[in-house]
Amino acid sequence: MDQLINYTLHLADNSLVLGHRNSEWTGYGPVLEQDIAISNIALDLIGQSRNFYQYAARLINQSTNQSVTEDTLAYLRDANQFKNCLLSEQPNGDWAKTILRLFFFSAYQYFLYRQLQNSTDGTLGAIAEKSLKEVTYHLRWSSEWVIRLGDGTEESHRRILAAIDALWMYTDEIFEAADYELAAANKGYGVDVSSLKDDWQKKVSNIFEQATLPFPPANKPGVRWFGKEGKHSEHLGYILAEMQFLQRAYPDSQW
Amino acid sequence: MSKTQWPLWEIFIRSKQGLDHKHAGSLHAADPQMAIENARDVYTRRMEGVSIWVVESKHIHASSPEEAASLYEPANDKAYRHPTFYDLPDELTHM
Repeated sequence: MDQLINYTLHLADNSLVLGHRNSEWTGYGPVLEQDIAISNIALDLIGQSRNFYQYAARLINQSTNQSVTEDTLAYLRDANQFKNCLLSEQPNGDWAKTILRLFFFSAYQYFLYRQLQNSTDGTLGAIAEKSLKEVTYHLRWSSEWVIRLGDGTEESHRRILAAIDALWMYTDEIFEAADYELAAANKGYGVDVSSLKDDWQKKVSNIFEQATLPFPPANKPGVRWFGKEGKHSEHLGYILAEMQFLQRAYPDSQW
Repeated sequence: MSKTQWPLWEIFIRSKQGLDHKHAGSLHAADPQMAIENARDVYTRRMEGVSIWVVESKHIHASSPEEAASLYEPANDKAYRHPTFYDLPDELTHM
């Protein structure tokens, strides 16, 4: 049961943190239309995380006699309890970096949800099925942008190259299973992430080719910490400070 | 916000199967693909549509307001062009 809860929280944290990052663009998008687009995507992701948190809260309450809610899980856990991948918490940087982070992540979520639909756990399967439609669009939208930036102007090409340089090292972690992911794959309610890597690389290399970008990018050693087990970069603390402030300063406030 | 403006596009949305595409508004985009994606995000986020057309605004040719009098006013006193002089059978309810 603990592993199922951790696995569900991991999926929830991924979507929440990436959704929050994308939401930081609201009001600052490079043009109005893209401001709305990235905000829509942020809302999709936060909606996915709510589904996972609600399920995790139900599991926790059933197994431990506590009464937690989705809000407890999102707003009252500390950084070392968050199980999101490091990639999702990386700062927005410029538009190219935000786009590339979303592209890497959407490609992963796309292949993940495609398999998770067949989960032996009905609730996880249903959330995956619903989320897959959203993620399919995120992947399409961010792919188009990667191609435009890579195959665009000299400056856009330079910026997307810099983004690859900054983010590629966080992609290994996605396909290295944490304990709860191994347990989830073994029991059949989760997905073996290492099996997604081939599809993910093919997708990325296909888009990079259209974008006239080198694949694989120059190899830097992957980062050593493991966000999935709560070992995060410094950035997550700042995200939580902003995201959790209201709930912590005015517990359970309503408006 | 960016200083260089992308071209303007007119957006047409079909609200459900069987209905016509209706003009929904306009937006900026770099190319047709982006225009469709932007239209999806700007004009269909509350389930307004099942199909999108985009046309670059420069391809739309419009009648000129100065010619309105000669173009439209001649129809004002020609009520006989309306099919209102026919007696319809009672069974016809949707005319």
